Amino acid sequence: MNNADPAPAPATPILSVNNIEVIYDHVILVLKGVSLTVPAGGITALLGANGAGKTTTLKAISNLLHAERGEVTKGNIIFEGNEVQSLSPNELVRRGCIQVMEGRHCFGHLSVEDNLMTGAFTRRDGNAAIRDDLELVYQYFPRLKIRRASQAGYTSGGEQQMTAIGRALMSKPKMILLDEPSMGLAPQLVEEIFEIVKKLNEEQGVSFLLAEQNTNVALRFAKYGYILESGRIVLDGEAKALRENEDVKEFYLGVGGEGRKSFKDVKHYKRRKRWLA
Amino acid sequence: MDFLNSILVKPFADMFGAPDFLLQVLWEGLVSGVLYALIALGFVLIYKSSRIFNFAQGIMVVFAALTLVGLHEKGVPALLAVPLTLVVMFILAVAIERVVLRPLVNQPDIILFMATIGITLFLVGFGEIIFGGENKVMITEQLYIPTGSFEFEPFGGFVSIEQKDLTAVVGAIVLVAGLLVFLNKSKMGRAIRALGDDHQAALSVGISLSTIWVLVWFIAGVIALATGIVWGARAGVSFALEVIAFKALPVLMLGGLESVLGAIIGGLAIGILEKLFEIYWGQPLLGGNTETWFAFVFALMVLLFRPQGLFGEKIIERV
Repeated sequence: MNNADPAPAPATPILSVNNIEVIYDHVILVLKGVSLTVPAGGITALLGANGAGKTTTLKAISNLLHAERGEVTKGNIIFEGNEVQSLSPNELVRRGCIQVMEGRHCFGHLSVEDNLMTGAFTRRDGNAAIRDDLELVYQYFPRLKIRRASQAGYTSGGEQQMTAIGRALMSKPKMILLDEPSMGLAPQLVEEIFEIVKKLNEEQGVSFLLAEQNTNVALRFAKYGYILESGRIVLDGEAKALRENEDVKEFYLGVGGEGRKSFKDVKHYKRRKRWLA
Repeated sequence: MDFLNSILVKPFADMFGAPDFLLQVLWEGLVSGVLYALIALGFVLIYKSSRIFNFAQGIMVVFAALTLVGLHEKGVPALLAVPLTLVVMFILAVAIERVVLRPLVNQPDIILFMATIGITLFLVGFGEIIFGGENKVMITEQLYIPTGSFEFEPFGGFVSIEQKDLTAVVGAIVLVAGLLVFLNKSKMGRAIRALGDDHQAALSVGISLSTIWVLVWFIAGVIALATGIVWGARAGVSFALEVIAFKALPVLMLGGLESVLGAIIGGLAIGILEKLFEIYWGQPLLGGNTETWFAFVFALMVLLFRPQGLFGEKIIERV
């Protein structure tokens, strides 16, 4: 968490994923050549419906795939100029790339503070620095400070999401892979969490790759977006441009598509067109 | 009527008729209970952090005790043999992680369980090759464990407490207290608990599985050595010691596989209850020797009513 200036999307990517293919259990082909880049200091959104491959993409980057019998069979992943697809998750966290998993995954029987402290597992810079960062996390998430002694399993969904993000912050990351932070949360809380993500991005210089189904919110906070469908990137562009795009409007934002006769027909037609393109 | 009387009334009349003898029985029960608790702790730690039911815990007790005695026989001073045995247990932990656990990561639980049976068989054979199969005597005096006994005369009666039993209890308390502090206060302890809660999440925050596994297997080795010394001092060191690990099974059913506290309380409860049952019910009514099965029947009863064990980790469910 260095206090670098939030340079407006510099050219150097912190992460680039090049044409990766992921196979689960040696037979199920989930990603069919996905490429994306995240600029240092940027927030990039990865959008798509259920089962499109968002989580798989993030897990391929953070190397948690192996634990689910998935593997990257083609392509490569470059983090800060080095190939990382063969590193252990532990080594990757040490280098500054950490994933916040979908569904929070807090350690239910540990207190909120113990949860946060587990995030510092890979750090070697001493207890004082870790304590300082704990205070910093509490500054961003004052609610967690109040609930620091409660068992995480008994805290609310929003608090668990905050705990999960705070825990990732404790590893002093340069980049956070954030998987569906909005899942199961009230719109107001979603807004609150995205505001904090934006603040972290601006003040701490943490880059984010954000997998979301909530296209509307994600495109408001991200600078750039990719749309994933059935394991392929079908569209990408500046968040603003994506918000204006007719297809996106129709399929993901639920607006636009004027003059159509039947929603089903239009969807079918447009999808076909996209597949054939 | 007579029958009910001999089950429900007479044992309690006996207890209160001779309180000094009752105290003696309770103490004996407590000592074996402490040992059961120690062995069960070894199981719990490994299960919590890797979901492996470690069948090899019993043989690790034997192996640790044999290594200690064997080193002493080779001329290593007793007090040096203890740390050396710990080194051996550490090497064993590293070897198990490298050779057995790492290649089997992500396999179904039953496969890992089978692998620990493999470890057991290997250690039996390996131990026999190195140390021979004959019984050995634990080097109690050389380790400065006192062997006399304290005698009290409470209630006008007579209670005798063997000093080595007392040492065992005190040693076990210190070990367990140390373990609890380690689990709750240290970074590694926190990581072990985190791993027990959510494997995936632990991986995602960069907790290194191999480090933690080596650590818990090493701790299990330390516990095995402590158990081996204590049990060896009472019953000698032989491969037959392995079966005491099975005594830990009812303890685990009672206490729950995931609870450190459950292992301790379960161990003590079973130790004391089986002694009481043996003396006051078993010997007069059933011809004695009930200690071999009492714990299992008791655990079975508990399972009928509380399948997660008495202290199994409370499953946190949010609605």
